[in-house]
Amino acid sequence: MDVSQYLEIFIDESKEHLQSLNTCLLALENKPNDKDLINEVFRSAHTLKGMAATMGFKRMNQLTHDMENVLSEIRLGNMSIDPVLLDTMFKCLDALEQYVESIVQTGNEGENEYKAIIEALNAALNGEKKPAEVAVEAEAVLSQDVITGEAVNERKHQTLVFTDFERHAVVQAKKENLKSFGVTIYLSEGCVLKSARAFIIFRTLEKLGSIIKSSPAVQDIEDEKFEYDFSVVVVSSEGEDKFLKELGNIAEVEKVLIDEVDLETAITAPISDEDDQRDEDEEEQKGRTKDSDSKSTNKPVTNRTVRVDIERLDTLMNLVSELIIIKNGLLTVENTNTNFSEQIEYLERITTNLHDAVMKVRMVPIERVFNRFPRLIRDLSRKLNKQMVLHMSGEETELDRTVIDEIGDPLVHLIRNAGDHGLETPDTRVRSGKDATGNVYLKAYQDGNNVVIEVGEDGAGIDVTKVKNKAINSGAISYDQASTMNDQEIIELLFRPSFSTADKISDVSGRGVGLDVVKTKIEALGGDIEVKTTLGKGSTFIIRLPLTLAIIQALMVQLNEEKYAIPLNSIQNIEDVKISDIKYIQGSEVINLRGRVIPIIRLHDKLDLQVADENKTSITVVIVNKGDKLAGFVVDSLIGQQEIVIKTLGKYLTNLKMIAGATILGDGEVALILDVNSLV
Amino acid sequence: MENNENAQKIELSQFIVVKLGVEQYGINIQYVQNIVRMINITRVPKAPYYIKGVVNLRGDIIPVMSIRLKFDMEEDIQTDSTRIIFVKLEGNEIGLIVDEVKEVIQLSEADIDNISRESHEEKDAYVFGVGKIGESLVTLLNIEELIKVNDPLKV
Repeated sequence: MDVSQYLEIFIDESKEHLQSLNTCLLALENKPNDKDLINEVFRSAHTLKGMAATMGFKRMNQLTHDMENVLSEIRLGNMSIDPVLLDTMFKCLDALEQYVESIVQTGNEGENEYKAIIEALNAALNGEKKPAEVAVEAEAVLSQDVITGEAVNERKHQTLVFTDFERHAVVQAKKENLKSFGVTIYLSEGCVLKSARAFIIFRTLEKLGSIIKSSPAVQDIEDEKFEYDFSVVVVSSEGEDKFLKELGNIAEVEKVLIDEVDLETAITAPISDEDDQRDEDEEEQKGRTKDSDSKSTNKPVTNRTVRVDIERLDTLMNLVSELIIIKNGLLTVENTNTNFSEQIEYLERITTNLHDAVMKVRMVPIERVFNRFPRLIRDLSRKLNKQMVLHMSGEETELDRTVIDEIGDPLVHLIRNAGDHGLETPDTRVRSGKDATGNVYLKAYQDGNNVVIEVGEDGAGIDVTKVKNKAINSGAISYDQASTMNDQEIIELLFRPSFSTADKISDVSGRGVGLDVVKTKIEALGGDIEVKTTLGKGSTFIIRLPLTLAIIQALMVQLNEEKYAIPLNSIQNIEDVKISDIKYIQGSEVINLRGRVIPIIRLHDKLDLQVADENKTSITVVIVNKGDKLAGFVVDSLIGQQEIVIKTLGKYLTNLKMIAGATILGDGEVALILDVNSLV
Repeated sequence: MENNENAQKIELSQFIVVKLGVEQYGINIQYVQNIVRMINITRVPKAPYYIKGVVNLRGDIIPVMSIRLKFDMEEDIQTDSTRIIFVKLEGNEIGLIVDEVKEVIQLSEADIDNISRESHEEKDAYVFGVGKIGESLVTLLNIEELIKVNDPLKV
């Protein structure tokens, strides 16, 4: 029977069941004798087993079957729940999640049988108390495999296959007295946001030279389709030491291996000879199977879906009918006496409603992300030996589906940080007069056109002096710079790459992982992040995300002949400023507006435009804000407020800092949208 | 590796012949999405020098590249015969400005000479061969290299 058409439903429902199992087991931990909960867990496991069997996923079926056996005994009262058993159960859930993940990625459940977990379950059935550590061992064995696999040749760049073109580039470089290096970089295992980390590495490498080859391909690295290592060939005038030093400074880089490329031994892919080519392909394929069939199978086999309330679809349908009515109305507008502008107003109302309705369809409650955090906190609490309680609120807050998918990792990061760095150890807490159990707060709410997510904790707070000293010691800022910075600016240093204040490195966090990557990720989603902290009372990270990604209100402005859009939500007000009111502070222009000193940014200079009229007596300044910071953009004239549809500039123009995207105006022309955050 | 696959695919394939100055270039028709007359291009500040800007092509925003600038030739002069050829590769679409679109030709492998890579000019990376039609020669562009995204990663 072909069941592939049910795959999506299976994946969706499995995830739901796994989630509910997680939630129930967590609740059981506190109320081990709650019959309803046990029944619920049993039902979920039973359904999951049935589904897996129907779909032909044998290993998954086996695991759920054994799990169900244990649960059945518990339900009948023949066994009682103890922490060891619960741990095993959680391990089961993790294993099942792995299966589902593998199904999403490749369409089959993978090879891992998790024998250790099954044994532990059976042992529990037989009344033995076999600790769940066995399961951990299994994982350890697995990772060991990976390690020995790599030991064969860790210098993977030596096995890179060069094409004619790349070979040519190496020869060329030699002629120009440049050196070519093969570099293999290992990221530390457990590195989150690998692609972002790789991006930072690539940027560093590009500063030193030019990259002529990368394996896996750049696109795959970008899509996180690599394990924890990748190799590149770089042409540069610098020496090996420089590379080792610069790359070594990047956080989460485990190991850097570098060699000068020797064309004599390098493997070349011949261009003309077909037979050889085929051999090469085969060889390469053999090589690839190790990277678990990188290309063909790594593409997720299912589409991303959103479950939509039928009511929302009805609203959409109604609006579309109205749209048809207005179209017919417009067709006859010449023959009848109806007012044209009246019809346009009607149309405008419908399009606005339609936009709202479509946005609502894309919206998913943030609960989907939040509901895995109680488990995270439980595991953290175990691992760190700190008692902590998670307080969540605003789970019903809705966010765009694309944002929901992306926001998970950064939040996990922040919560881990909160548990590890933020909260003190229980004795320290008691000594400073706090309750031994730490509190982690996770809050989501809507604020105007933004959704705000706060991750807070009532721990020690960030010690500004400590951060300052650390920054000076690590050379991030000079002593003079430090003395002119205020507290908030110093705290923002935490978001700089490879900056960590943790005194010791734990396996949870503290390797300078993260905050920079978190920030990059959130900015990529069009949001921003700030941190508020009180020493001794705890700190809170506040993330602001735009509610809608696709359509925004914007102010259109004119600069020479070009039109630009400034997002309305970052505009404070608009002022006419006399030239004579512009003051200079350290060579840069500022104005004093009702007691606030605001720097002036000449958009003409920033956007490489000629200044048309130097002799104006007054300028139009659009005051924008980025968090608490204000700045004034100088523009030629204002066109007006408009609702615009944001489009990306495509892959070729991604690294442009100042431009957030583009939009199409009523006359078909393209206008660029200014990225206020990077301009201020 | 990919270069090679590319070379194999083009036995007996069609090329659009375009002119840049006095030279003739061939673009493999399998990449070509669309050919339009010159339309208004919106400049993008700080873009690479050879990207002239972006255009609105039926509601999509697509960057436009000047092959002339990429090849270090003099700036495009807009005439009645100037065209933008939109090519698409692995989901990335980009417009290429050419002086004139001449014709579509068919070349078999025998008509194509793979050029040697002895030359030092960067431009040669974007060429994979020379096609012969009767007496005249057409430089065949390696579209893949030409429109390759240079930025290694985006976040």
